[in-house]
Amino acid sequence: MKRERGQIKNDTNMPQNNYEYFLLMPQLIIAVGIVLSVLVELTTKKSEQILPWLSIALFVAAAFDSILNINQNFVLFGGMIEVGGKPAIFNFIFNIGAALVVLSSIDYLKKYGAYFGEYYILVQSSVLGMMVMSGAKDILMIFMGLELMSICFYVLAGINRKKLSANEASMKYFLLGAFATGFIVYGIALIYGATGTTSIQNLVENFVTYSSNIIFILGFVFFLVGFSFKIAAVPFHMWVPDVYHGSATSVTSLMSTTGKTAAFSVLIIMLSAVFSGASNVFRPYFATISALSMLFGSVVAISQTNLKRMLAYSSIAHAGYMAIGLAAGNIFSVAGIIFYLAAYVFMNIGAFTIISIVEGENDSKTDLNSFAGLNAKSPILAALMALFMFALAGIPPLAGFFGKYYVFISAIQSHLTWLAILGVLSSVISVYFYIRVVVFMYFKESVEDFKIQISPYSLTAVIITALLVLVFGILPDTLMNVITSVLH
Amino acid sequence: MSSIPMEYYLILSAFMFSVGVAGVLIRRNAIVVFMCIELMLNSANLTLVTFSSYLGNSIGQVFVFFVMTVAAAEAAVGLAIIIAIFRNKKTVNIDEINIFKW
Repeated sequence: MKRERGQIKNDTNMPQNNYEYFLLMPQLIIAVGIVLSVLVELTTKKSEQILPWLSIALFVAAAFDSILNINQNFVLFGGMIEVGGKPAIFNFIFNIGAALVVLSSIDYLKKYGAYFGEYYILVQSSVLGMMVMSGAKDILMIFMGLELMSICFYVLAGINRKKLSANEASMKYFLLGAFATGFIVYGIALIYGATGTTSIQNLVENFVTYSSNIIFILGFVFFLVGFSFKIAAVPFHMWVPDVYHGSATSVTSLMSTTGKTAAFSVLIIMLSAVFSGASNVFRPYFATISALSMLFGSVVAISQTNLKRMLAYSSIAHAGYMAIGLAAGNIFSVAGIIFYLAAYVFMNIGAFTIISIVEGENDSKTDLNSFAGLNAKSPILAALMALFMFALAGIPPLAGFFGKYYVFISAIQSHLTWLAILGVLSSVISVYFYIRVVVFMYFKESVEDFKIQISPYSLTAVIITALLVLVFGILPDTLMNVITSVLH
Repeated sequence: MSSIPMEYYLILSAFMFSVGVAGVLIRRNAIVVFMCIELMLNSANLTLVTFSSYLGNSIGQVFVFFVMTVAAAEAAVGLAIIIAIFRNKKTVNIDEINIFKW
């Protein structure tokens, strides 16, 4: 395919032509894996027993392939997709996150009544979409990756089609997600009209010139509004609590973590000119949505009694903390956002997985009261849940603390001290509802008498996430050094 | 085509987009809401084709093909979801689909 690219010179970092497919290995592993999984699903009777392990193998292979080739930073296929470097870190987060989610859903899906092989194929497809998004070097790739991910999520949210709550979550997610897509496509059309190309390389190089073009600014704002839906920032958050509450818990843990990470990776790509020094014309926008999200998410979460809903509001607040980094817009804030995302993915997957272990049939036992006296029923689950709650609240020395720390520091560097103060304030508010879970688990008598069936697979997943949260918290430099090394 | 100024096309597509947004916000039938979303996507397509024609490069037209393909995939999934909810609830009115509140 030969395309006119006019003013763009693909002089830098282009590999030899026949070498391109080897560099694209992580994406190819998943893509071939999807085809393979469909064949397994078609030909075998017990696909739901084979596919989880196949998916985990694919995810782990793709994750390690991308992280081992992190220094092979190239732009492939005539400026379409970037491999190595920043995308490699994102691919690692997506794949490890998805592998943990799949591990935790093996036993959960039986309980939930969605014991199908298709579930795993959809998870793989959505991860492929995220990988395309995080490596995009052309707005077309962003759009294709976003839709691949979103359409899989719409189906995953309603994976049990006999369940009314899942149907409702799925429909709300679909209608509002497609609404957001409309904004994104219209924004892209205007950006294309103003720039004459969809190349992100060109966008980055001429960002300052375009910033005075009203059509470009308008298109970019439409694009940002669409993505604010996807990252679940206030005032575009209304779908989040219902969708996170109504979907299967394992699906919620996938879309609230990796899905949000993918949306942030796109925002980082589109704003990369800002991060390398151009003046941030969109600072008022990001400052507003981040201040609103932090405060709204933290305050409303206090009134929630359902843990899935509470974590949905907390996820809105976390989107706000990360958006501080976008408002700050310096090179340090990119590293902060990526660190925060990595920490957030593992904290949240851990917390949701514990909810999925405690959860009974028909969405029961996700209330705060079901967690009362959890320490007496299962000390290990209580201890791990407490760890994740402390991490989400941002208490040192856990991963969540350093995520917030790096983002707040970057805000102060960009003279956004008021935003950092608001962030600290809403963190303080959020401590209340996170610690309340711990209080319920340790200091309240059990009100509902039920036995918890601890699945060994889910417990393994929780322990892996807990270890990651601890390692990122105690040794934040290990991850931070990797992130800063690829950003230069 | 060059006899008609570009602004006419852009104003028409902006109008279509506004109708789509207003429809999503006002209408309560899930299928009509979905049709309004398709209208938004089509207005974006019109904008892309207009710019493509006036700028004299083909990227916009290629993009339109991708948007149409994705819209078709989205329609397939969306209608399936709406049918699933209709089987369980016997209605597609968004106001009545409200297990979850606040």
